[in-house]
Amino acid sequence: MTTRIFGSGIRRREDPRLITGQASYTDDIKLTGMVHAAILRSPHAHARINGINTDAAKSAAGVLAVYTGADIEGVLNPIPCAWAIPDSDLKAVAYPAIASGVVRYVGDAVAVVVAQNRYQAEDALELIEVDYEPLPAIINPEAALGDGAPQLHEDAPNNQAFHWVAAGGDTDAAFADAAVTVSETIRQQKLIPNPMETRSAIASWSPAMGELTLWNTTQNPHIARFVTCLVTGVAEHKIRVIAPEVGGGFGAKIAVYPWEMITAFCSMQLGVPVKWTETRTENYLATTHGRDHVEYVEMAANADGKVTAVRSVVYAGMGAYLSTAAPGIPTILHGLMYSGPYDIANIKADVYGVFTNSTPVEAYRGAGRPEATFLLERLMDKVGDAVGIDSVEVRRRNLIEPFDNNRDVAIGITYDSGNYSNALDQLLGHIGYDRFRHDQEHEREHGTFRGVGIACYCEICGLGPSQVAGAVGFGGGLWESATVRIYATGKVNVFIGTSPHGQGEETTFAQIVADEIGVDVDDVEVIHGDTDTTPMGWGTYGSRTTVVGGAAVALTMRKLRDKARVIAAHLLEADEADIEYADGQFFVRGAPDRAQSIQDIALQANVAWNLPEGIEPGMEASTYYDPPNFSYPFGAHAAIVSVDPDNGHITLDRYVAVDDCGPQINPMVVEGQVHGGVVQGAGQALWEGAVYDDNGQLLTGSMMDYAIPRAHLVPDIEVHSTVTPSPHNPLGVKGIGETGTIASTAAIYSAVMDALKPIGVTSLDMPLTPERVWTAIQAAGYTGNGHGHSHGHDHGHDHGHGHNH
Amino acid sequence: MFAAEFEYRKAGSIADAVRLLSENPGAKLLAGGHSLIPLMRFRLARPEVVIDIGGIDGLRGIRISDGSINIGALATHAEIANSADVQQANGLLAEAAGGIGDPAVRNRGTIGGNLAHADPASDWATVLTALGATVSLQGPSGSRTIAVGDFVEDAFATALAEDELITTVSVPVLAANQRAEYAKMAHPASFYAVVGGAVVVTMDGDRCTAASVAVGGLTPRPVKAAAVEQALSGTTLTMDSIADATSRLSEDLSAAGVDIIGDVYASADFRSQVAPVEVKHALLHAIGLAHH
Amino acid sequence: MPNTVPITVNVNGRSHSADVEPRTLLVHFLRETLNLTGTKIGCDTSQCGACVVKMNGVTVKSCTAFAVQADGADVTTIEGLAQDGNLTAVQEAFWDHHGLQCGYCTAGMIISVTEIIERNPNPSAEEVRAGLEGNMCRCTGYNNIVKAALAAAAAQQGG
Repeated sequence: MTTRIFGSGIRRREDPRLITGQASYTDDIKLTGMVHAAILRSPHAHARINGINTDAAKSAAGVLAVYTGADIEGVLNPIPCAWAIPDSDLKAVAYPAIASGVVRYVGDAVAVVVAQNRYQAEDALELIEVDYEPLPAIINPEAALGDGAPQLHEDAPNNQAFHWVAAGGDTDAAFADAAVTVSETIRQQKLIPNPMETRSAIASWSPAMGELTLWNTTQNPHIARFVTCLVTGVAEHKIRVIAPEVGGGFGAKIAVYPWEMITAFCSMQLGVPVKWTETRTENYLATTHGRDHVEYVEMAANADGKVTAVRSVVYAGMGAYLSTAAPGIPTILHGLMYSGPYDIANIKADVYGVFTNSTPVEAYRGAGRPEATFLLERLMDKVGDAVGIDSVEVRRRNLIEPFDNNRDVAIGITYDSGNYSNALDQLLGHIGYDRFRHDQEHEREHGTFRGVGIACYCEICGLGPSQVAGAVGFGGGLWESATVRIYATGKVNVFIGTSPHGQGEETTFAQIVADEIGVDVDDVEVIHGDTDTTPMGWGTYGSRTTVVGGAAVALTMRKLRDKARVIAAHLLEADEADIEYADGQFFVRGAPDRAQSIQDIALQANVAWNLPEGIEPGMEASTYYDPPNFSYPFGAHAAIVSVDPDNGHITLDRYVAVDDCGPQINPMVVEGQVHGGVVQGAGQALWEGAVYDDNGQLLTGSMMDYAIPRAHLVPDIEVHSTVTPSPHNPLGVKGIGETGTIASTAAIYSAVMDALKPIGVTSLDMPLTPERVWTAIQAAGYTGNGHGHSHGHDHGHDHGHGHNH
Repeated sequence: MFAAEFEYRKAGSIADAVRLLSENPGAKLLAGGHSLIPLMRFRLARPEVVIDIGGIDGLRGIRISDGSINIGALATHAEIANSADVQQANGLLAEAAGGIGDPAVRNRGTIGGNLAHADPASDWATVLTALGATVSLQGPSGSRTIAVGDFVEDAFATALAEDELITTVSVPVLAANQRAEYAKMAHPASFYAVVGGAVVVTMDGDRCTAASVAVGGLTPRPVKAAAVEQALSGTTLTMDSIADATSRLSEDLSAAGVDIIGDVYASADFRSQVAPVEVKHALLHAIGLAHH
Repeated sequence: MPNTVPITVNVNGRSHSADVEPRTLLVHFLRETLNLTGTKIGCDTSQCGACVVKMNGVTVKSCTAFAVQADGADVTTIEGLAQDGNLTAVQEAFWDHHGLQCGYCTAGMIISVTEIIERNPNPSAEEVRAGLEGNMCRCTGYNNIVKAALAAAAAQQGG
């Protein structure tokens, strides 16, 4: 028996093209006769357009055409929102691809120039004259809902996009009866996703055939095709969407944007291929953002720290329009996760979606679940403080007991399997928790401020049962598909409906195939991202690709194995019931030398010279897999930080993650997902935030201002795991793509608050910039140098560098 | 981002560059491009003529003589950081050069271009002011030499005439009893100095006999901290005496009569408050009291 | 007609002559004129490092240089690293240690790591991280990039 390929950390099969510069991302593609589009974007957050003069631009060098909102009217339909949360009074406001009459955020499209090259297109943009009449703008989602706020859409009074409530138990009664209640105001700042590849599209319209081909940096080409059909009016079967190499998404490439629809429009008008590629500055305005909540949250507990209830009022900024999946994020993916890994009997989530004059908000890695984890962990820390127990102990008293097959929680969903306390125990061992607490006390006496933060989480992913998707207003299904074809030569193509863009499924799905039918992993090629060649699928997001799409692959292989068994029995002149399978060989029980390899059988199936009665030629099967439940991975993370009280500077000293995604197909890939997720969440805690002024101008408008984590600012991420299979998944697997981000923001924030506890700092907004930290330290009355320090110890060196003991 | 059109002229010599400058009012000099090109890509700068001085051999090289390190304006930050001669003659110069931007930026960005751009967040302006460096300028009517502290006049404004260019930056070699350090709070995205403090102390044992202190990042141009210098001079340097001296920085900032810069990352008030901390860190490092 | 300037640039060992508009960035020259699209554009401000190439022996951000400045220069891009199909130690190490996910930052990362090891054949993890401060990655958290760099250094020491 060779080493099992499933579970083996083999190096990725997609990498050779990526490490040699031979991969083709959208902007790398050139078509014959291709011309270039550049979009004129509103410099105002809110303004009436009283007139546009494009004459000078139209006659500029190299310019083929200039289009405005008037040109698309009646040609391009508005951009649809695909997640209409039921019972929420959702306002599906008009979202035109090019604004006409009113612009509603800095970045709203006003016109598009098509020219022979991009430099010329940019030159011509400067020649377009727009007569704007500025209107008052509103950025804060809570304030936008208030009286007298500037109004974005006539058909959305008070800027309310929707109001959604979910509840289980009797939260009011639990709070009335509670021995302890704690509360917090949390600002989940607006974040800019920053995939390293900005968005890009190439549209190529064939007038003779009435066919549109759209190369598009998307996480979900099939959804993109569906929406392109709705917006352009081109029939779905006449549209081909290709997601070539895609340079990261993190949620920002889920939406179908106005920009690629404009690109398609230009190609359809001009009859030539048109490319549009964002600059980074444009990306910051025009590609969706994440988070942007103002939250008022409360927790109730008994005197011993057993939590009895949690509730919230959340104002979730949607930006100026509803992006494709936006309404589902603060609701289904957030409010339904208020139990986390804890046993909480009474839960209520009260969420307002609010329009603001800013870039539309969408899924951003974790999408709703980092926010839910953050508020639970923040409140858990506060309950611990209130009842006087350590942050680990308060979690212990509330974690759900281990279960291996279904556990209902009060909010009305059913977790698949979990062993939360085991993950926490493992974590404490890895981090040396007790030793840290001991050292920490000593260090504090010397004016060194280090802290540890723990975040336990359980998250909902692997989206998900289509029936549930329909019930919660998602405008599509959430099943996945795979078609597997084994050729006469024994080589295998796997065609999948999902669209990985860095997560490594070209390798991990090949491992599933190799494991299921005994072919060499190098004999398998996974094809994705092209609607003309792959079966329908709903895309890569919500940590669903392996959980749902991988299951489809596995089940397809089992169909092929069954077919192969029938053919083997025929070829070996044995009874089908006597055929056994192992390692790619089908053999007669008790006579292993009477065998047919999968390759032998594939040859026979493809030539079809001698097939059993009723068996079709070919070695191909498909599966459309609709999961019976979501996937609920979990874990426990810890961060250790140092804070320099002199200048408020935070150093992330150590980070340890324990995650459980069930059996791991490729541990190296799993670890990579955790590394990246953790660091992305660290970005939210420490550095990242989209900041607007009162006029709605984005002040963090470039990579010089918006700080994403850099190599020298983060430590090695220590990754460990436990394995609790999902009972309902054919492979037992759970999602892992978002867990790092879901846990790390909360863990790092908690560590900073722990470090600052002796100083008396009780609350801070993210990101935890030196100024915010320093100001809070000053406000708490800490003066350093042992003068007025709460512990009163004289210490010689107060410049924030720890001493060795 | 895409620059507007311009005419390109390549200067073969310093004299050629001066002539081209004289002939093309409003022209911009292009050296490493790390100040100019980003501005041009955003079309915040759109010169009609760009004069490439990158090929002028007379602007290259680092030579040490008569107690002075003479650095050609085209010397890159990396060349300065990696020069064994510079490291030995003036460790701060090499260290500051190695802390600018990132490796690829340092490979291309030049000391002359950095000074001419006069970004308030420039590390060079602050460090060279504390070190008492001078710049030599060449114009049509000859050359002149001016202290870096006087060369930088305001945010993005220098003493350079339209038809002059920087040829050399001269920095004193540190004496055996001199210690020099620079500490900055770097912006996490741009790595620019939010606040930077540069110090040069002349020591007699534990006693500081003379001090030169400059702060930057928070002010439109570097501010020489005379009150801090005075408090340090003649003082035995300890944690307490350093803290007392740096606490006088607010007097220097007031006396300089400049606006304190504030932005979305760090307010003017915060920058003023932590500027003494950065100077203190620099001093502690200079005399070996800091623990890393 | 736009004004153009004739330039000759030696890229990956081959000499290329072209008339370019002065405003053409080096990265656009490589990608659009020479069709060497392995070098990427990730930002407008010299921050991200996706466009890092070698020019005259040192790493430069090709989005912050005009093509005219490369006249007469030797440029190496990601396409020029592997010789006769043999990956460099750095490329191999990125592959072995999962030092990439979406791959968009990878060309710049590999070129930068190559220079880090050239300058310091036996770097510490901290030195590698410092050397990568001008290269952004949003996928890997840098963990496996650092691991790959250390492994490549060790492999070169060993070989």
